[in-house]
Amino acid sequence: MTATAESPAVGEVQAMTVTLRILRSKPEGTDEHKPGEQYWQEFQVEAHATDRVLDALHKIKWEQDGSLAFRRSCAHGVCGSDAMRINARNRLACKTLLKDLNPAKPIIVEPIKGLPVEKDLIVDMEPFFASYREIMPFLMTTGSAPARERRQSPEERQRFDDTTKCIMCAACTTSCPVFWTDGQYFGPQAIVGAHRFIFDSRDEGQWDRLEVLNDKAGVWKCRTAFNCTEACPRGIEVTKAISEVKHALTTGEI
Amino acid sequence: MTASSPEFVPGPKIKEPRIRSGRVRPGAEQWSWRFMRISGPILVILILTHLFINLMTGDGVSQIDFAFVAGKWAAPLWQWWDFLMLALAMLHGGNGMRLLINDYAHTPWLRKLLHGALGVAVLGIIVLGSLVIWTFDPCPVDADMSLLPSFCEDVR
Ligand code: SF4
Ligand code: FES
Repeated sequence: MTATAESPAVGEVQAMTVTLRILRSKPEGTDEHKPGEQYWQEFQVEAHATDRVLDALHKIKWEQDGSLAFRRSCAHGVCGSDAMRINARNRLACKTLLKDLNPAKPIIVEPIKGLPVEKDLIVDMEPFFASYREIMPFLMTTGSAPARERRQSPEERQRFDDTTKCIMCAACTTSCPVFWTDGQYFGPQAIVGAHRFIFDSRDEGQWDRLEVLNDKAGVWKCRTAFNCTEACPRGIEVTKAISEVKHALTTGEI
Repeated sequence: MTASSPEFVPGPKIKEPRIRSGRVRPGAEQWSWRFMRISGPILVILILTHLFINLMTGDGVSQIDFAFVAGKWAAPLWQWWDFLMLALAMLHGGNGMRLLINDYAHTPWLRKLLHGALGVAVLGIIVLGSLVIWTFDPCPVDADMSLLPSFCEDVR
């Protein structure tokens, strides 16, 4: 019986120790670090291979260092609040399993790039939302509202289905090399947000949005680096959506 | 929180909808983008043909000397070919550099300075290169005959 007692039970997930290297900063500073200065700190946590990075962060916050700051809400990839740079790629901490990251090495966690850091993994999202507001993300129509719902065929809906899935996590925008260096660029998400309305048969504001995106800081800044498509946790083909907007602008057809 | 809570902080303002019909006219950035898309493939064809003619046909790389170049530039086709290659390559590359400067030069004076230097370099090279192509003399008077293209004998 000793042999069976030692081997793990069927289906049991192995526990292990993982190291997380987190890029931290405190607006009020610490004894060793100036206010706002970024520094690395390592934590070791006991975790299962099927745990997510978010679980590991929770363990640190709840059991080791309550001052660690990060955003999260739903913990299931719906709200889009916990995008961060994990092992140099933008991902949602709540959708990234430890076993997919090579837990033998330290897992590197940084705030998303290109937006001002407020504390630890929390960044100021305002520039990101400001770009989104620029493209007027609401239904624009003319004439009086119909007495019933605005109807649309499945094909018409399919046209912009991909971009309706956006959860505004900013993973795409903060993975874009043009956004990192150029504070003027709207960023991929704003174009995804515009795409969702431009190609919606019920909306009539297409050309107003296209005019905004034809601007200096609009779609023409995109160099098709494809970082955004790779980063999107919702699997949206971001670069393709941007190209469709460019196509609408060059051909004048939607 | 009482009814007289000190301050009401309104949320950020959303842009007014402005429904206007009327199409969007292509702006400078769009023309720049179109130019890059069009000049890119043209350059590929121009350069690959250029390399093929120079390196793969005839005696290959060893055929290239003064006489070879002089012989090519005696034909208007190759004069125009090389001119197009020069102009498109400089404009295509220069426009790419312009975008890079936009990305990385954050202070207005630095941006102006770099854009200026870039413009001078692009125009200067196009002008100098075109001068060479169009005012080229294949048969300089006091040169060794063996270095010149064969048709120079008739000229002398
Ligand atoms: S397009 Fe994808 S990566 Fe970008 S904000 Fe939306 S969900 Fe996030
Ligand atoms: S916590 Fe909501 S998406 Fe990750």
